[in-house]
Amino acid sequence: MNYLDYQVAQVPTGWRKIFHLNWPLVFLITAVSCIGFLMLYSVSGGNIEQWAAPQMKRFAVGVVLMIALAFVPIWFWRSISVAAYAICVLLLVLVDLIGDVGMGAQRWLVVGPIRIQPSELTKVAFVMTLAAYYDWLPVEKVSRPLWVLIPVVLILLPTALVVMQPDLGTSIMLIAGGGIVMFVAGVSLWYFAGVIAIAVAGVTAVMKSRGTSWQLLRDYQFRRIDTFLDPGLDPLGAGYNIAQAQIALGSGGWSGRGFMQGTQSRLNFLPEKHTDFIFTSLAEEFGFVGAGSLLVLYVLILGFCLHSALTNRDRFASLMTIGIAGTFFLYFSINMATVMGMLPAKGSPLPLVSYGGTSLMILLMAFGIVQSAHVHRPRG
Amino acid sequence: MRKSQREIVESSRVITRRGLMLATIQAAVVTVLGLKLRSMQIEHADEYRLLSDGNSIKIRLLPPARGLILDRNGMIIAGNEQNYRVTLTREEAGDVSAVIARLRRIIPMSDRQAAEILAEIRRRSAVTPVMVTDRLSWPEFSSIALNAPALPGVTPESGLSRSYPRRGDFAHVLGYVGPVSDYDLSKIDNPDPVLMLPEFQLGKVGMEAKLEQVLRGKAGARRVEVNSAGREMRELSRQEGQQGATVQTTLDAGLQNFVAQRLGEESAAAVVIDVTNGDIAAISSSPVFDPNKFVRGISGPDYRALMEHDHRPLADKTVQGAYPPGSTFKMVALLAGLESGVINTGTRFFCPGYITVAGRRFHCWSRGGHGTVDVIKSLAESCDIYYYELAQRVGIDRIAAMARRMGIGVHHDLPMSAITEGIAPDRAWKMARYQQEWQIGDSINASIGQGYVLASPLQLAVMAARVATGRAVAPRLVRAIDGIQEPEPDFPDLGLNPLNLRAARMGMDAVMNSSRGTARRMRITAPEWRLAGKTGTSQVRNITAAERARGVIKNEQLPWNRRDHALFVCFAPFDAPRYAVSVVVEHGGGGSAVAAPIARDIMLFALAGGLPPLSAYPDGERAKVQEMWSRMDLMPSAAPKTERAKA
Repeated sequence: MNYLDYQVAQVPTGWRKIFHLNWPLVFLITAVSCIGFLMLYSVSGGNIEQWAAPQMKRFAVGVVLMIALAFVPIWFWRSISVAAYAICVLLLVLVDLIGDVGMGAQRWLVVGPIRIQPSELTKVAFVMTLAAYYDWLPVEKVSRPLWVLIPVVLILLPTALVVMQPDLGTSIMLIAGGGIVMFVAGVSLWYFAGVIAIAVAGVTAVMKSRGTSWQLLRDYQFRRIDTFLDPGLDPLGAGYNIAQAQIALGSGGWSGRGFMQGTQSRLNFLPEKHTDFIFTSLAEEFGFVGAGSLLVLYVLILGFCLHSALTNRDRFASLMTIGIAGTFFLYFSINMATVMGMLPAKGSPLPLVSYGGTSLMILLMAFGIVQSAHVHRPRG
Repeated sequence: MRKSQREIVESSRVITRRGLMLATIQAAVVTVLGLKLRSMQIEHADEYRLLSDGNSIKIRLLPPARGLILDRNGMIIAGNEQNYRVTLTREEAGDVSAVIARLRRIIPMSDRQAAEILAEIRRRSAVTPVMVTDRLSWPEFSSIALNAPALPGVTPESGLSRSYPRRGDFAHVLGYVGPVSDYDLSKIDNPDPVLMLPEFQLGKVGMEAKLEQVLRGKAGARRVEVNSAGREMRELSRQEGQQGATVQTTLDAGLQNFVAQRLGEESAAAVVIDVTNGDIAAISSSPVFDPNKFVRGISGPDYRALMEHDHRPLADKTVQGAYPPGSTFKMVALLAGLESGVINTGTRFFCPGYITVAGRRFHCWSRGGHGTVDVIKSLAESCDIYYYELAQRVGIDRIAAMARRMGIGVHHDLPMSAITEGIAPDRAWKMARYQQEWQIGDSINASIGQGYVLASPLQLAVMAARVATGRAVAPRLVRAIDGIQEPEPDFPDLGLNPLNLRAARMGMDAVMNSSRGTARRMRITAPEWRLAGKTGTSQVRNITAAERARGVIKNEQLPWNRRDHALFVCFAPFDAPRYAVSVVVEHGGGGSAVAAPIARDIMLFALAGGLPPLSAYPDGERAKVQEMWSRMDLMPSAAPKTERAKA
């Protein structure tokens, strides 16, 4: 849709836009973030300076940014999406070449005092690009092979760069995030069925080849896959963290052990308790009530996003909102499934709760664009 | 490019349909997550709670305070003292060598010690506290506590350690404690877990070892929360241990102190028994050593000095030493003769200085002979010929039986280490031991406590007590455990003819108090404490016929370890016996000259309950005694502790 399509006269202007923000979404985001501050305070053992205070500062900046972005007309975002995509790909190439090594992978780009994680930025930028692409593409062409190939290339290019970092988790997120946009845009289900079938067949072939004359991987690679799939096979290595996380989670019971009373987190049995495993601390200290509440808050955020998307007649805005919400969904469901032992451990933060600057800021900025879509939706 | 209204509607329809499909999938995923959460947190919460507690809660043992050992008056002779020590944990210290350098400004430490500690810390895990030093003085300890901020990882701790305030006085009877060794553990089937504590002390020898179970007490426990590195975070609950039982002994600290000093540096042993109840009032072996050194971990040179000392300070001669009793055995031979009816109290033998039996000459110590000797004179002048004659008529088996009745050659059950049975030899014993027939010469030697006969100082004291009372006095060391009195013993009568016993006692009285008694100079002149005793001088070498012809070499001319043992047994007061005392001085020379004065002084101290009035001594002895007292450094008399009675 072109900005001329909007009934511009009916779109709020100036400071009045503040009344048209998706306020329930703002409150939900704030609520989840507050749970995060509480847990960061708790797992630091009551040391607010360690994690909670920096996180709060970033949140404050992030919220201001979110509202500022919400004031920017949605057509602006659509116009820059291709440029943003190009910049992101450029940054990813830079990261592969000169990036800082952290946690055994190159993820950071340091520019003066600023440390950027381009893969985080990419998640938002390429969702916008895909949304813009489908906004531009006539609906009847969506499922034609050539028009399907273009977004696939758009997805695979940054994915390949992220894999080289190597960051398998983020690359899977990119594929899944892009897949969600394509799915909602109306790409024929047969393509999805085909991709899934090929993936299943490929994995099956590799696994079946084990022990036969045409074995596709070496033995030690299979063993690595085994422990990846079942950490229990390596109880003192990767399995230890997951086992301790499950103990923490389960021992929370109905109402938990009480604020700052979680022995698993306070006594350092939990790994990465302020980042990837913060959900276990919450579940341990506030039990099913606390953990379930967080899940409900997440679902409500999804719900408000979906509602905003489905009531928005702007195709770009709808697709982008659903894409960002879908990425958000992938974040928290993968994190929760991991700490509950349903997925193999792979570093992924709990959105809005885990300690971490870039991911929180990017997420809040992404919600800023979602807000912008909401504020500037076509009316009348 | 404007989009047609139709296209907008169409695209909205697609997005709505697909959006709802996506929402359905997401809802399904969220439902699965919620169900999994429910299953873990509600259905299996108890299992996880158990695992969680098991992770973080550990039981730590609290070593119990060891039971006290008291003397008969309630004075502590083995107690516990605060031991201030300092440990260092690498994980918390960071730069260990810097911390140790700072620590060295507070407590003295040689370069070598510091290097050893550093090596030990590097060797152990980062979270294990390593002991840097112990037995700190209070000022050092408090100074470390004060400087804690500058000493990260340094923990001042205080614990209890055994201490023996009377130092050497009770070294042998009480023994000592020490760290638990692997060897100790290997001897115990099911070791108490408290033994595994690094600072735990176990009774090694003596009463400390024999009464270990009584003294140890019960370990307490602390439930502590630990972190994943095993470091203690806080204490959840604490159950104090139960201190070991207090053992009140029969020993008298004041008397024991006097005995130890009286024996001095001689290689000697003395035992004091209360004949009325068998209580051992003092039991001392000399030279003594300081058991506190063993508790602290004795240094190599100190230990070597003790091991290489020819007076064997580590041996407890009172119960472990077995000596030929010499003439102190004559009461046994005499009673064997009298009781068997072979002789009676009027029997006399003639002593010409020697007799020839089976072609061999047996000499009396008096070369000129004693002439006609009766029962009393045989003891008073210690005539050997009388007992040679007696032994030939009575036979060894009856002498050995009497010896066992009098407590020689039998085990006396005391909480002390390696108690010897001694030897009361008879025909069967020699056959079993040497596969040889008993010879008449063996009987003759045995009759005067030589040859195969061996007795410990404890057994000699028991013998004296049994002669004094006619009852089967059994020695005991423990009077009460945790305030519960041991039953007062009621010793059975030995079943000896009172007239025979009286003869033996009168003979012992004559040793001290008759004009020709062998120990007349050592008599007690105070009539209420009249002493009866018997000297003994036992050879530790054979005197050949050739040497006898040349003249027996005087003891003073022999090397120390070839000289005779000096022995003395006695009881007093003669009319109503209270104490029996035995003294053995290894290679001391003559019993009357060396052992008897020691026994007399001990007896007087026991009877008087302190230093006796000089008037108890014969005139000729007083100056010497006074001079001896002035050289002693006696402990202040232990007055009965009234505050204990109040409590």
